[in-house]
Parts: sequence; C-alpha cells; structure tokens
Amino acid sequence: MQTRLPILFFALLMAAIPFIPGVPPFWIVLLDNIGLAALVAMGLVLLTGVGGLTSFGQAAFVGFGAYTTAVLSTAYGLSPWLTLPLSLLVSGLLAVLLGVITVRLSGHYLPLGTLAWGLGLFYLFSKLEFLGRNDGISAIPPLSIGSFKMLDPGSIYYAVWVGVILSALLTMNLLDSRTGRAIRALRRGHVAAEAFGVHTPRAKLLVFIHAAVLAGLSGWLYAHLQRAVNPTPFGAQAGIEYLFIAVVGGAGYVWGGVLGAAIVVILKEVLQSYLPLIVPGSGQVETIVFGIMLVVLLQLAPGGVWPWLMSFLPQKANGRKPDTSLTLPARVRASGEAGVLLQVEKARKQFGGVIAVNNVSFDVQAREIVALIGPNGAGKSTTFNLITGVLSATSGSISVLGRKVDKAPPQEIVKLGISRTFQHVKLVPDMTVLENVAIGAHLRGHSGPVSSMLRLDRTDEAKLLAEAARQIERVGLADQMHQLAGSLSLGQQRIVEIARALCVDPMLLLLDEPAAGLRHMEKQRLAALLRELRDGGMSVLLVEHDMGFVMNLADRIVVLDFGTKIAEGTPATIKTNPEVIKAYLGVAA
Amino acid sequence: MNTTIMLFLVQDGITNGAIYALLGLALVLVFAVTRVILIPQGEFVTYGALTYAALASGQMPGTARLALAMGFVAFVLDLVAARKSLHGRLIARTFLTNIVLPGIVLAVTLYFAGQKPPVAVAMALSLVIVALIGLSLYRIVFQPLAHTSVLVLLIASVGVHLALQGLGLLFFGAEGQRGPAVLSAAFTAGSLRFTGQSITVYGITIAFIVGLWLFFGLTLYGKALRATAVNRLGARLVGIRTTLSGQIAFLLASVIGALSGILIVPITTLYYDSGFLIGLKGFVAAIIGGLVSYPLTAGAALVVGIVEAFSSFYASNYKEVIVFMLLIPVLLLRSLAAPAVEEEKD
Repeated sequence: MQTRLPILFFALLMAAIPFIPGVPPFWIVLLDNIGLAALVAMGLVLLTGVGGLTSFGQAAFVGFGAYTTAVLSTAYGLSPWLTLPLSLLVSGLLAVLLGVITVRLSGHYLPLGTLAWGLGLFYLFSKLEFLGRNDGISAIPPLSIGSFKMLDPGSIYYAVWVGVILSALLTMNLLDSRTGRAIRALRRGHVAAEAFGVHTPRAKLLVFIHAAVLAGLSGWLYAHLQRAVNPTPFGAQAGIEYLFIAVVGGAGYVWGGVLGAAIVVILKEVLQSYLPLIVPGSGQVETIVFGIMLVVLLQLAPGGVWPWLMSFLPQKANGRKPDTSLTLPARVRASGEAGVLLQVEKARKQFGGVIAVNNVSFDVQAREIVALIGPNGAGKSTTFNLITGVLSATSGSISVLGRKVDKAPPQEIVKLGISRTFQHVKLVPDMTVLENVAIGAHLRGHSGPVSSMLRLDRTDEAKLLAEAARQIERVGLADQMHQLAGSLSLGQQRIVEIARALCVDPMLLLLDEPAAGLRHMEKQRLAALLRELRDGGMSVLLVEHDMGFVMNLADRIVVLDFGTKIAEGTPATIKTNPEVIKAYLGVAA
Repeated sequence: MNTTIMLFLVQDGITNGAIYALLGLALVLVFAVTRVILIPQGEFVTYGALTYAALASGQMPGTARLALAMGFVAFVLDLVAARKSLHGRLIARTFLTNIVLPGIVLAVTLYFAGQKPPVAVAMALSLVIVALIGLSLYRIVFQPLAHTSVLVLLIASVGVHLALQGLGLLFFGAEGQRGPAVLSAAFTAGSLRFTGQSITVYGITIAFIVGLWLFFGLTLYGKALRATAVNRLGARLVGIRTTLSGQIAFLLASVIGALSGILIVPITTLYYDSGFLIGLKGFVAAIIGGLVSYPLTAGAALVVGIVEAFSSFYASNYKEVIVFMLLIPVLLLRSLAAPAVEEEKD
C-alpha cells in the first residue's frame, strides 16, 4: 500500500533519533511529551474534526487512565503491564457513561456539556481521598521488561512512540472502512446516514469511546513517565489545550494531531526557554506571545497546518478501480414484492397550525414508476419524509408490503428495501464519490470497528466497494469515481445520490427531484436508466417539477396541492385535468 | 437557616446574577452576529475594572497604551487589506478611528493619571479604553477569520484570552484591586441593607436589557445586526456590511464587559485573572438561554447568581462544581426539547 510507506519511514526515523550522536537528552523529553499530547489530539481528530463532536473534556480521560494505573500499581502492587488494559477499560467505560448523556446534546450544547463535566471531574480528582486529593499519588513504579526498567525519558520513549504510531495506524484503518464512512458522514447531519441504516447515536458513541481510550493510553504512559500524578494536568485548561493542538495541526487529519502536538509543545518550550533572554522579567510574556502566535497561525492556515503542508506535495491520483467481479449477496427479498409495495393511507402531517400533508392516500405497485407532482409547498418532500421515517405522521398509516411502518425509524425502512435521494443533496463533500456511494451499501456489509482497525474487514470491504463501483458505472459516472463529491456539479451530485440509493439493492426507489440541474441529454439518460430499473423489477416513486420529464416517464401520477391530493391517474388524464391546471396556472386556463 | 440569611443570600445572588446577565447578553450578542464564542469577555471585565481602579488611585493604566498599539496594528491591516484601492478618504477614516482616537484617549489618560480624577471621569475613560480595545480586537483577530468554522473561531478566542490575560498581569500586577463605589449612598429596608452600588447594578442591568431590546427592535442598525445573525450571506446581498455588524457587536460586548467590571470592582476584589470565571458564569446563563434569547438569558443569570450565593454559603468548596454541573441537566433538557438541527453550517 502506497500510503503505508511514509509511515514506515516515519517510524524508522523516530526509532533512529535516540541513536543520532549529539541529540540532547532534552529533545527526547520533548518528543515524549509530543507523543503523549499527540495520542489525545488524535482522538480529538476523530471526535471533533471527523465526527463533528467538539470536546473540551478529553483531559479528564487522560486523568482516568493515569489515576487508574497510579492507584492499582501503588496501592495494590499490580504490574504496569496489567494495569494497561485496565486503564483503557476504565477510560472506555466512563466514556460510555458520559457519552450516553453527552452525544445526545446537539449543536453548541455539546462542547459546553463536555466543558462542564471536564471542570466537575477535575474538582473530583482534587477532592477524593483515595486519589490523594491535591497532592496526587507519587512513587508509581516504572515500566519494565524483565530486569530492564524504563526509568529515564530515553527508555520510555519507545513505549510512547510505538503507542502513537500503532494508534495512528489503527485510527486510519478505522476511518478507511465501512464504520469509518459512517463516522465521516456524521458531521454533515444524520438524516442521510440514517436513511442508509447507520445508527448515528451508536456511531457517535463509538468515536467518543475511541477518543477516550486513546486519551486513557496517554494517561497511562504519562503516569509511568512522570512516576507521579496530580490533578493539575487533567483540568479544563489542559482540555482546551488538547483541542487547539488538534485544530492547529488540522482537525480533520490523523497526522494533523501529531503535527499539532509537535508545534504546540515545541512552541511552548521555545518560548519558555528563549523569551526570558529577549524580554527579561515577567514570565507571563510567554503566554502573551503564545496566544498571539496561535491567532496568527489560525489566520495563515485556518484549516490547520497539516493540510496546508500537504497542499505543497504533488497530488497523486489516488485509488484504483475496485475489482467489480466481486459481488455482494442480494438483499433478502420478502415475499410479496410482486404486489402492492407501498400503501399510504390518509397520511397527515401537521406542523403546529400548518397542515403540510392532509389525509393523502396513494399506493405504489411493483414494477411501476409513480410521480408525485404539485406546486412548491404542496407537501411532496414531507410525504417522502413520512414514508422514510424521517418524520412521523400525525395520523393515518403507511404500510410497506402490507406491514405498518408508521413509527419505524429510517434505519428500519431502508431494511425493507426502500431507499431514497434528497431534494437538497446530502453527500459528504470531502469524501470521494466511491466512498459516498458505498455508504448506500452500509447494511449489506457487516464488519465492525474492531475488525476494521485490524484490517480483518478487507474481503467485506472489497465487496462493498465493488458494489459501489458497479452502481456508479450504471449511472454513468465512472470517470468521476475518485473525485471528491463536493467537486461535482449539482446535477452530477444528484446522480451520485441515485447510485448511493441503488447500493441498497432496493425494491422501491424514492427520488426527490432527480432531474433538477441536469442538462437535456443527462435527463434523457436518467429517464432511460429509470425505465431500465423498472423493467428489471424495481419500482420508482419520484417528485419532479420538469413536466416533460415526468409525462414521458411515469406510469401513474399523483398530484398534490397545499397538502391535499387533487388528482391521480395516467399522464394523459392528468394533463387535461382542470383541477391540476388550476393548481399550476391559477384560475382555469 | 433564618430569613435574614436567606434574604441576604438572595440579594447577594441577584447582584451577582445581574452582572452575569449583562455578560450573558453580550455573549449572546457576539455569538449571534459573529459566531464567536467570546471567551475574552472576561478580560473585558477585568480590563474595565482594573483600569478604573488604577485611574481612581492615581496610576497610569497600561491598557491605554495597548489601545493605541492595537489601533496601530488595525490601521496597518486596514491599509494592507485595501492596498489595491487606496484612496484619501479611506486612509483618513481608518487613521482617525485607529490612531487619532486612541491617541487622544491616551493623552487624556496621561493627563489624569497623576491626579486622581473624579469617579465619572475614571469610569468614562475606562469604558472608552476597553471599547477601543474591543473594536481593534475584532479588526485584528476575528474579521480575517469571519469565514471559518465556529471551532476555529473558538480556538482563536482562546488564543486571545491567553494573550489578554497575560497582558493583564503585565499591566496590573498580581495583586487584587478594589475601586471606589460609583454611588456611595445606602439605605435599609427591614433587615436588608441596600447599597448605592447594588442599586446601580440593578439599574444599569435593566437599562441595558431595555436598551438592547429597543436597539434590536426599532433601529436600522439593530435590525441589520439581527439579519447578519440569521444569514451572513443574505445580509451581505441586501447591502448590510457584515464587518460593521461585527464591529458593533464587539463594541457593545466590550462596553458591557467593562461596565460590569466597573460595577463589581467596588464590591469584590478583582485580580488580573478573575475575568475568566466571571465570564464563564455569564456564559452558563447564556447557554441556558440557548444563545439566542435575551430575557431567558437574564432570567437564567439570576438563577446562576442565586445558586452560587447559596452554594458558597453551604458548600463553598464545591461552589464552582455546583454552578457548572447545573449546566448538564439544562443542556440535556434543551437538546431534547429542540432536537438536532440538521446540517452543520460551516
């Protein structure tokens, strides 16, 4: 793998540094500190930069890791190697506990929630008797292998950096997988991911735990490096500092965390040791300069230093075409996928006093293209949201294959074989087309986070990507497969959404204005594709404003106006229906 | 507990709460308009308070020089930003606001520094100095970052907080300061004693809440600010200068911060780093108010003040913990009540 090579070089370089003659021992201490901070920042990269969950509380998890090993190895005499899994376990378990509450917080409440428990836990560390109150715990035994004791910064150096590089590899593996794609989709809102079966609260909790375990590892290493712990390094100040390490380095990039740690640790050190020489007197000058430099750095590279550096490297055309000979097993078909697929009966949706959908009834049969049309604000997209479980109906019922699905969440609807696109495109712009489309096949893969980290998911992954590639070719975007979704035109992005929906292997495809933004030829190609899908046994329900497109394509048309169904029939009858003409053109034309 | 203690605690809580309300209002204002979570709000408080205290005791506050220095940087930035289309009026305007104005303020401060000016003069000077700092701060730090994400703005905000707090130590030293009361009258009602200072606090808080309400409801600038808060791009398209909105927001925030500082420094001793925690409590109130609602923020601030007063009486060790832990259930409730806003808008 080409991406692994630089990491190998980096690992060799780090391994060689202590052997370079003339390297001051002090550098090794700095590198140890960089490694410790990098571990925490890496977790934050996943949590904040990738997952969009800002946390000020990571220092508390470092504290959990450090205190766990401190208590167990001093009071109970456990070997530090035994306390390692326990430290990680404690951090992880407490992350579950705090995460269950925290990830429910939305928007700006989330970072504040983390700040609140970050402050609270800090006070707890400094008040609890068995944690030594403000004095903490000292005389923690060093790490040792056989009779070799890692007493000085130079010997624990390897433990720290093995930890950093392994964690980076595992984190990168995780991001480049089925679970990783679900995580990367989190920041762009949850509706799209959930429409393809991603359980977003679970994905959020997962990154929360991952970040906490990395912080716990950092804490465990810290305790055995310092051989003493006290509450100070686990306070809110430290929590904020970890966050800006991640942001300075580049919050969306695993190596940005490492780079950010290097920048911040070295900057502080340089300021501390050289500034007093230039500006004698007050030690406070370093904070001032540090604050100012932070601001300047952000103004020069608001996305972080890592992506800024990377932009100087020649761009490699990344990604090979997946081997499309691999196939995924088809979605398990329910019996009855030959009759009435979808039955909407007197569905009603009220938002306060506004009735968006007013007792609408219609159905979709197998092998049929049904169009839902109506002027703006007629309730078409709301109807889609009712069917797919994004909204729940105020009254009425919606059944799929005769089974009521009124209260089912989107993740259940998609399992029944109903997939959709969105009126406002919901792709992850900084993921490639291939990766975006592969989210559609989420439910047809089964690898979890642990197997992804250990790369045991590769056969599963290859099949998912093959399926995604096949659907991309089907919609005619093979040339754009490895481009970032955000770089495509809006019309093409809509087509990518169709490919993603097709990855579900659906029986019913819900398309919300698929032809908007397409050129004439592209529309014709889309119509041909939809006919081909129908002839292959799939049904399509689409919302569309382009009447030429709808009239030539649909088998049946349902017309809504102000939330109410005003007509239903074949294109020919709809064209001449006076009610419909009135709705579109005002008083009878 | 007897009623006297309880009443006393409530009174104490309301006085503090009123200050938190002022700060909360400023935070809401700045966040709504610029998306900046203004952590240095606390520094506006200490700068205002300590500048006032320094002036009142006949010392020369370093903040006046800082205002001129920051003005100079802002001036240079303005020139660099407009280097392609420099014309006389623009240069004159930025020279006037960024160099001449702080220059005059510095001169006036120097004039008064040695001779213990009257309270009103000290107050006015401190307000103007901090206002100038706030204005330049927006120009130097946040205007160039206006297009970035909330997270980047937040981190920049932390950087500013660190720098300003460090400067605070440089200017005012590590010792705490107190200032003279703004109003020294006092009266008693029943067992409670009302000082002129606490009456002033209530009065000014109410005046500000009403003032902001009128400003946003009735004036064109107020409406422009609200428009910017809702949609930056849309506001620009209809001709609102979003930079101007940002400047107004920072101006108001720094004046409110400084005023809060001046109001509390006669009551409590303030140190160069006291601002952070005070600002954070205003923040708690702002959050409870959902970062959007002024009356809710004011109400929440009173609750925070009262809870703080009671917990410092009963469990002073855990005072801060209790105040911050108050947040978690509130945050949860708010999240559940207004579930997930779709799409992050960075």
